[in-house]
Amino acid sequence: MSIVLEARDLVKQFGGITATDHVNFTLEKGARHALIGPNGAGKTTFVNLLTGVLQPTAGSVVLNGEDISHLSREARVKRGMARTFQINQLFASMTPLEMIALVTSERLGYGTRPFNALDHDPLVLDGTADIIARFRLDDIMDAPIASLPYGKQRQVEIASTFAAHPNVLLLDEPAAGVPEAERRELLDIVAALPPDVSVVLIEHDMDIVFRFATRITVLVNGRVLAEGDPATIARDPRVKEAYLGEEASHA
Amino acid sequence: MTTLHDRVRSSLYGARRWHPVEFIFWALALASFWLFPRHLLLMNEIAILALFALSLDLILGYAGIVSLGHAAFLGLGAYAAGLLAKHGIGDPLIGLLFAMIVSAVAGLLASPLVVKGNDLTRLMVTLGVALILHEVANSWASLTGGADGLQGITITPVLGLFQFDLFGKTAYLYSLSVVFVLFLVARRLVHSPFGLSLRAIRDNVLRASASGVPPSRRLAAIYTIAAAYAGAAGALMAQTTQFVSLDVLDFHRSADVMLVLIIGGPGYLYGGMIGAVVFKFLQDTIAAFTPQYWMFWIGLFLVLFVLKGRSLVHGGIASLLKHFPGLRMRKTP
Repeated sequence: MSIVLEARDLVKQFGGITATDHVNFTLEKGARHALIGPNGAGKTTFVNLLTGVLQPTAGSVVLNGEDISHLSREARVKRGMARTFQINQLFASMTPLEMIALVTSERLGYGTRPFNALDHDPLVLDGTADIIARFRLDDIMDAPIASLPYGKQRQVEIASTFAAHPNVLLLDEPAAGVPEAERRELLDIVAALPPDVSVVLIEHDMDIVFRFATRITVLVNGRVLAEGDPATIARDPRVKEAYLGEEASHA
Repeated sequence: MTTLHDRVRSSLYGARRWHPVEFIFWALALASFWLFPRHLLLMNEIAILALFALSLDLILGYAGIVSLGHAAFLGLGAYAAGLLAKHGIGDPLIGLLFAMIVSAVAGLLASPLVVKGNDLTRLMVTLGVALILHEVANSWASLTGGADGLQGITITPVLGLFQFDLFGKTAYLYSLSVVFVLFLVARRLVHSPFGLSLRAIRDNVLRASASGVPPSRRLAAIYTIAAAYAGAAGALMAQTTQFVSLDVLDFHRSADVMLVLIIGGPGYLYGGMIGAVVFKFLQDTIAAFTPQYWMFWIGLFLVLFVLKGRSLVHGGIASLLKHFPGLRMRKTP
């Protein structure tokens, strides 16, 4: 299996606090790689380092063989890395259709064309219709995003990241905040993601992790505590301790 | 049977389709020439203010850049067109183009100061740039005429045919034509992929960059374009009055245009135009019976409007227009 994404000795310090502590991480092509760990383990910081929201103190990020540590967020998207956020980040004034058309036109490099019409370009239309169909958004595509229920907004966010045609997708707690009733539909969408896209899944919910993951990395206090296939991780006493320890301290 | 592909197309087309009300709007603007022949000078001022507000709408309404110094580009355009005419090139269209280029270059140079940073830094930076330009124009009297203003501007007839007159006939039609053409360009622009990416940045810069949009470059581009538009408004002002005073760079110009846009509503291109009509009408009416207290009344109006009336007026317009088929009003939420 080839490696699509790699973090090499990644370090992030905020003042005296080391949020990411020499993390080495490899994502194999087509993997469903879960990143788990107790609250404050540095999972979101790690994803922010991968996607360029934060700059690392030391170490590097390699995407498809290219060192992207110093590239901007948008340049990483252009190279095939897309993400969702822990809390929905959407375009409130747009409809799902417009948001997906936007990402599609940016993927095609049309964003600098001030006099094109979106509805005139067959590539924009095809790309947009394809995403709408695949994520079954046709019944809500003209509703303002701000008016949609949270679970639907979540779907729109995942669908719009897909419009960028990523080969690496980072999902930051995709089920967080989604009511039980809408959860199933969302998880079906995650399950149906095409196999050639490599996925990093940050998740608290162990049911979801063990349903999807082909590989698991456990982060504790910014360090990699363990990494392996789901069965190995489930048996690992250190992982149990990290989680039980956290629960004990909460009690 | 309609396929999803067709529905996607017609939805995207619907967002940029001309609404009947728009035709009526422009027909009325043209008809005003014959309807109010004694108010052509005022209407010329309205058209210029509308263009200036359209320029602010491009950055504020569509890209979310707040500015308290937009007069900088208005003033630059006015002085550029005025100086060109004073030094022998009196053709209005060449002057207009020259003013737009000068202001665009200034906008491009100033853009690094505004594309990064939050609303507060943008307000301060734009305000600061305008203050600096005002003082430069004041001090550099050998070029600008300083506090006495730039005199001796002679403008040749438009296209060599239409001489500017005392009643503002040529002035109004010339200004209205320029406003209309620049409006068409702006309309095309905001409905393009580029325009959509500006709305993305305005709505959520984090998601915009995570969608592949480079925010700084796009904002710099629209800031430059908007500066050119403001420069065009300045040129119209200089050419139709054949005079440029320091007043074009004054703070109240920047404040007024913000007021105009807020009255009309940002983010749908017509806000600045409607606002300009309302603002000038109020100014004219109130100033007619209490010239000294005009600022008091406009201030009071502003406070009440922003606190209560805005949702009332804009909500009213929106619900009224809902009865017309096919309307898609797009505004900042």
